Amino acid sequence: MKMACHKCAEKAVIALQHGELCKNHFLSYFEEKVFTTITKHDLLNRKDTIGIAASGGKDSLTVLYLTKKFLKKHQFPSRFFALVVDEGIAGYREHTLKDLEMFCKKQQIELKKVSFREAWGATLDEAHPKINKDTKKKPCTICGVWRRSLLNRHAREAGATKLVTGHNLDDEAQAILMNMFKANVGLAASLGPKSGIKEREGFVPRVKPLYFCTEKETRLYAFLKGFTVNFAECPNAREGFRIAIRDFLNDFEGRYKGTKQSIVNSFLEILPLLKEKARQDTTHPQACERCGEPARQTVCQACALQEVLHAP
Amino acid sequence: MNITVIHERKRATEHLSFAGKSVFDLLQQINVSPEAVIVVRNNDVLTENEILNDNDEIQLLSVISGG
Repeated sequence: MKMACHKCAEKAVIALQHGELCKNHFLSYFEEKVFTTITKHDLLNRKDTIGIAASGGKDSLTVLYLTKKFLKKHQFPSRFFALVVDEGIAGYREHTLKDLEMFCKKQQIELKKVSFREAWGATLDEAHPKINKDTKKKPCTICGVWRRSLLNRHAREAGATKLVTGHNLDDEAQAILMNMFKANVGLAASLGPKSGIKEREGFVPRVKPLYFCTEKETRLYAFLKGFTVNFAECPNAREGFRIAIRDFLNDFEGRYKGTKQSIVNSFLEILPLLKEKARQDTTHPQACERCGEPARQTVCQACALQEVLHAP
Repeated sequence: MNITVIHERKRATEHLSFAGKSVFDLLQQINVSPEAVIVVRNNDVLTENEILNDNDEIQLLSVISGG
């Protein structure tokens, strides 16, 4: 039996909590949801210069395309560019980089590339065994710390006042549960459509236009728009706490539609209180004494990891 | 009926004997969460209650990011 769109009776491509949608109504619904998120949560303004963190996956291609479309639709004069970090993960990043380069060329979007090797002196594949030996840190931990540092530094150096990321509803629901299960209230305060707790010198605020879009909706949008997204799986991403939470959430969502949305909506109710609590903590230094990037300790985590890497 | 399933994530093709009727039945049979895939037949996106036919070739696009 074919499901029909509840708006026009055309063949449906997705069944959402509020009804089925055909291709055209789904594309409109998705774009409107992203544009409303940007406007309602004041993610971008006319004076912004915008860096867009990109990888070549479905989320970043979608957010690149829709940020460009939003700016055009609202006649924002903002300069924007894509920023990609090559971590040096063999068999993975080279594929997504190729997709991203093709996409940016087609869409006429400026693409800036930075790499772990240039910044830290080694690829992730080279750095992980050495750092892990001394600290037991997993590749995803090292990658996350170094990526965030490079994205912030290079976005700021290129004049960006906002850094757009492709985080979606699934990412956020997973992060909320992970922080809850690990009692990381301080980290939870940094979540939300607009990351960060208070303005800090040198920190480019990160914003998430796909905040209310599920991963499934985003993949469907990318497919229906004909974006070339070749699935490539990071060899480091097969295990871990996040994957257990992801599978648990997908199982629950299958049985109780709207679960992820409810988790995020509930969290947004208490987020102002978490941010207020975090703002009262003034014990952290403002900048790393080595690199000058925003830091919670006197030396930022990125520099601390680099020190371990290059220790004799 | 016979169904061919192309798994994007596993980069594998599976030929299976299918006793059910719908996309939902197929996903249950192969133990794949409907939240984790987009189901495509001849470049056409299928919802979970769509009926499958003998010798259909079904593509499962991974919703989950690889990073």
